[in-house]
Amino acid sequence: MEDKEIKELEKAVEQIWEVARGFGLDPYPTNFEIVPATVMYEVGSYALPGRYSHWTFGKTYHRMKTMYDFGLSKIYEVVINTNPAYGFLLETNSPIQNKMVIAHVLGHVDFFKNNSYFSKTNRRMVESVSTHAQRMMEYEFKHGRKTVERFLDAVLAIEEHIDPYFFIKREISIAEEKRRAEHRVKDGPYDDLWLLDKSARAAKIPEIPDDDKPRERLPEKDLLYYLMKNSPSLAPWQRDAIAMVHEEMEYFVPQMQTKIMNEGWASIWHARIMRELDLSDNDHIEFANLHSGVVSPQKGQLNPYYLGFKIYEDIERRWNEPSKEEREKFGRVGNEGREKIFEVRELDNDVSFLRNYLTEELCEELDLFVFELVEEEEWTITEKRWERVRDQLVSNMTNFGFPYLQVEDGDYNGNRELYMKHNYEGTELDMRYARKALEHVYTLWGRPVHLETVMDEESTVLHFNGDEHGED
Amino acid sequence: MSIQRNDWSLQRKGIIDQERHKDRVKEAIRKNLGSIVSNEAIILSDGKRTVKVPIKALDEYKFRFNYQKGKHVGQGDGKTRVGDVIGRENRPGSGQGSGQAGQDAGADYYEAEVNIDELAALIFEDLHLPYLEEKAKKAVQSRKTQFNEIRRTGVIANLDKRRMILENIRRNAREGKARFGDIKKEDLRFKTWEEVMRYESNAVVIAMIDVSGSMGEFKKYIARSFYFWMVRFLRTKYDNVEIVFISHHTEAKEVTEEQFFTQGESGGTVVSSAYQLALDIIKQRFRPSDWNIYPFHFSDGDNYYSDNEEAVRLADELIATCNLFGYGEIGEEGSSSYRRSSGALLSIFSDRLNHKDRFVGVRIDDKEDVYPALKQFFGKRNVEIPA
Repeated sequence: MEDKEIKELEKAVEQIWEVARGFGLDPYPTNFEIVPATVMYEVGSYALPGRYSHWTFGKTYHRMKTMYDFGLSKIYEVVINTNPAYGFLLETNSPIQNKMVIAHVLGHVDFFKNNSYFSKTNRRMVESVSTHAQRMMEYEFKHGRKTVERFLDAVLAIEEHIDPYFFIKREISIAEEKRRAEHRVKDGPYDDLWLLDKSARAAKIPEIPDDDKPRERLPEKDLLYYLMKNSPSLAPWQRDAIAMVHEEMEYFVPQMQTKIMNEGWASIWHARIMRELDLSDNDHIEFANLHSGVVSPQKGQLNPYYLGFKIYEDIERRWNEPSKEEREKFGRVGNEGREKIFEVRELDNDVSFLRNYLTEELCEELDLFVFELVEEEEWTITEKRWERVRDQLVSNMTNFGFPYLQVEDGDYNGNRELYMKHNYEGTELDMRYARKALEHVYTLWGRPVHLETVMDEESTVLHFNGDEHGED
Repeated sequence: MSIQRNDWSLQRKGIIDQERHKDRVKEAIRKNLGSIVSNEAIILSDGKRTVKVPIKALDEYKFRFNYQKGKHVGQGDGKTRVGDVIGRENRPGSGQGSGQAGQDAGADYYEAEVNIDELAALIFEDLHLPYLEEKAKKAVQSRKTQFNEIRRTGVIANLDKRRMILENIRRNAREGKARFGDIKKEDLRFKTWEEVMRYESNAVVIAMIDVSGSMGEFKKYIARSFYFWMVRFLRTKYDNVEIVFISHHTEAKEVTEEQFFTQGESGGTVVSSAYQLALDIIKQRFRPSDWNIYPFHFSDGDNYYSDNEEAVRLADELIATCNLFGYGEIGEEGSSSYRRSSGALLSIFSDRLNHKDRFVGVRIDDKEDVYPALKQFFGKRNVEIPA
């Protein structure tokens, strides 16, 4: 790219930033970086630059890069949720593509900054993951690459099973530690000084009973956390590796929880910002093509960009021009559309977004339906009633689309065995995968593991004892 | 707010981890060689460089829902109705990306793209021609050139430009100028080579295949996939191995490689005809004192009863002239103990041969047996070569 083009892009960034602020968007300062495809796909496949090494990242990278090389798919943009934020632009983007991407990225960054599910997100995550990578490399050096890799295989098998509200637990334990620190009797050279107001202290603070250790709270949804804390078999470096994966997943979970909202939000704002820019006719046509590519429905599939985009538009319209019924029933006064969508982007996640704002009219307009496999042969549309469709969508999004597993007992059979339960909500597990994943859990626990679930409508418990699988 | 453009040319993380993934694929392939060796995609690859082979156990296993048993939400074009079929099994409305490979009930596999040469290297890792002897007379030299030295004089085509530039910069620096340029004769450096001689023993492999009527599709396939790898193996590992192809039913004839791999015939089976032809060829072209000789024969063991006596006699004669005689007997597909009875050649050979030390008989009932057979014929042996 010519320096001249960069100069122009810099100007465009300033302009887009001003327009975005004018609309009420409030993003972190954002640095844009122009990168070649190899780097783009690298950042894309690791989701954050500088993470630890693992073959699964390499696999994703290889697949994405190959798709790009064959012209099958292309990433225009990657955005990193940090403060300041980072946006990556592909060096082969045209000027219009870059402008649109910049506007889109600012939409994401505004969302990252203001959506409440991101309120506990570590905004210096790039630094954190690179220290993780460093540590992981040391472990590889010390214990062997294969050993670490095999161990990570097991950890990554259950990486999604963390508690999205883990920070609450963390805050409790921090408070707990503070409280304990206050009680700690120090053995130091000036201890005698404490004796001076011993009577006063004794009166003020009650003694902590011995059994005040934080007890295992069961059931525990956070499998990673539970195994890290309680596994009878792990070495300190292994617990540390789990902690690192856990921390990275805490960072990613809000993004998994708000995929539709986040993409919809960025799309709605890139469209509006672009409309404010002074584009030539040709540029305008190019932009229109790009935009319709992003927010077009794909047959049979749900495009999160499109769905989110439509819902925001619909909310804005309904709060701008409420129907008579809405005025009477909900006391909507009209012309509150803008405020309303900003409120939604602050308070909701995908599940509540769909549950609250996917309406009958939208379901019809988008032609949403439920489909399932009939007689193991044909994928057939089986439901079009909008409430059922909405509820199905919501239920598929719950727990970001993963089965909800909990640890029920860490001393099952009185034998330090691990008993987990799948909260069955109508969809069965992929049993072949479940058995293999159970082997990974065994690697982490080191003693027999059990998983209660439902198979063919009957309660079933899978067992794995290190050698063989069983079920009853 | 800024726009930056940095030099990313040293960024290699994705590529490094891609290598890690390749290592995993390789490892998985090594574990699955048995089924890969006889995979149709490879045997029928027609000289393609890479093939897709299914590999067990290279998925990222997680707790996940059974996609087939779940209900999903999709979007139509505005006209969908309950009861519309939007896709057949495997492709639910194109709704699933490539990340979902292997979710289909039967699909136990990850499809890996494999370079045949790399695969061959893995398969041939531990294979070699057994009992190979130095045959003094006709040991043929193979010549290789190796660039391994730098000199100040040489042919201009072999100029080492990098070293020349370095020398030039050094000389300029000695003269107090920090620059490149003004090249003089003393700056020139040339690569030179040495000729390396390798001495190898001559070896000939006589590949015999039974193409009689009783050799059905499966049996022929097995025999050919064995020979496919054998030929490849010999050509990669040895510069100097001759291969003679013989196909036989009631009569034997020498054929070209192409005929050998494609021809279909029918008729009865007279095994001795092939052995007789092999002996004749050896007598005419490959004197045992000059050649290491390896006859291999694949058959279903269904020989004319009256010929068995002769077959055993000639087999013994063959063994006496050769380093190792390999015989593979192919059973019906999937029938492990079928016809291990006394009627088949393998059991006759193991009963009646005089020289059993240089005879290797293998039974193949399944595609997965091809790789073990290769290993049995060409694998490492702990036997000392008798003088």
